[in-house]
Amino acid sequence: MAQSAVPAPSSQPVPEITPISLKAIAPWALFFGVLMLILLYFVGAEQGATAVVSGENVHEWVHDGRHLLGFPCH
Amino acid sequence: MNSISVRALLVRGMLAGLAAGLLALVVAYLLGEPRVDAAIAYEESHSHEHGGVELVSRTMQSTAGLATGVLIYGVALGGIAALVVAYALGRVGRFGPRATAVLVSLGALVSVYVVPFLKYPANPPAVGDPSTLDQRTTLYFLMVVLSVLLTVAAVILGKRLAPRLGNWNATVAASVAFLVVIGPAYAFLPSFNEVPHGFPATLLWQFRLSALAVQATLWGSFGLFFGYLAERLIAPRPAVAPSAPAKAGVAH
Repeated sequence: MAQSAVPAPSSQPVPEITPISLKAIAPWALFFGVLMLILLYFVGAEQGATAVVSGENVHEWVHDGRHLLGFPCH
Repeated sequence: MNSISVRALLVRGMLAGLAAGLLALVVAYLLGEPRVDAAIAYEESHSHEHGGVELVSRTMQSTAGLATGVLIYGVALGGIAALVVAYALGRVGRFGPRATAVLVSLGALVSVYVVPFLKYPANPPAVGDPSTLDQRTTLYFLMVVLSVLLTVAAVILGKRLAPRLGNWNATVAASVAFLVVIGPAYAFLPSFNEVPHGFPATLLWQFRLSALAVQATLWGSFGLFFGYLAERLIAPRPAVAPSAPAKAGVAH
């Protein structure tokens, strides 16, 4: 029996996805990554242990969200 | 082979994050708020010095304030997760866009939330000593960063081991390595027990479960929403109806 040199196509392979080059991702990751982290900081930590804006308004406004999202609040 | 636009993925990630945030908001409002209110009622009946001006009313805190927090959280983490998916696509394994999105979401739920939560769980109002807030905040974020970095390291380790051990064993080995490193962190980082005497144990348990439910809802639905959008973006089905004017792949 002639053994085929080509391996039998066992199952339908998932089409390969060409990875997006790091060069294409980097500018987006840098700019938006930082922006998103700043947003998270304001939701999660501002006017708690550290404060950029003085007063208690930011803390009080997102108070319930902070507790329920698991951030240390007070 | 068309190149996948990072911008298109990012926009979809933020939209999926917003939608997931809306579902998480419903869970937070229905399951979480009654516990927050009960904890505040306990706090007020037990505090010696209170009163003082209420800057934001409870009604605003539990509705618009809660919505602001949860939705921004959803959009921001949705955007970050989309960037992670953009990098992971075609790199982590032979997963399609939908599977990649769901795997990244589950990874995020565990590494961003569950692992830090097991050491420093969410606390309702009345629990927690304000004088240790600085320390608790630092340790909480340290735990999040540690957990995320260790997860990334575990994925890289798994990828390296896969050719030698096979995918299954490599995944098990990487998971064990993660636990072996996170274990000592749990053991040696300081713990806090600041639950006031007499604070209802059931209330604390229910509050923490609802906080967990909020995150499970957020990441579970984000994975599904974003997976759907990413799949449509990257692997467009051959149009069934010829009338559909092909909205040409992806412009950069």
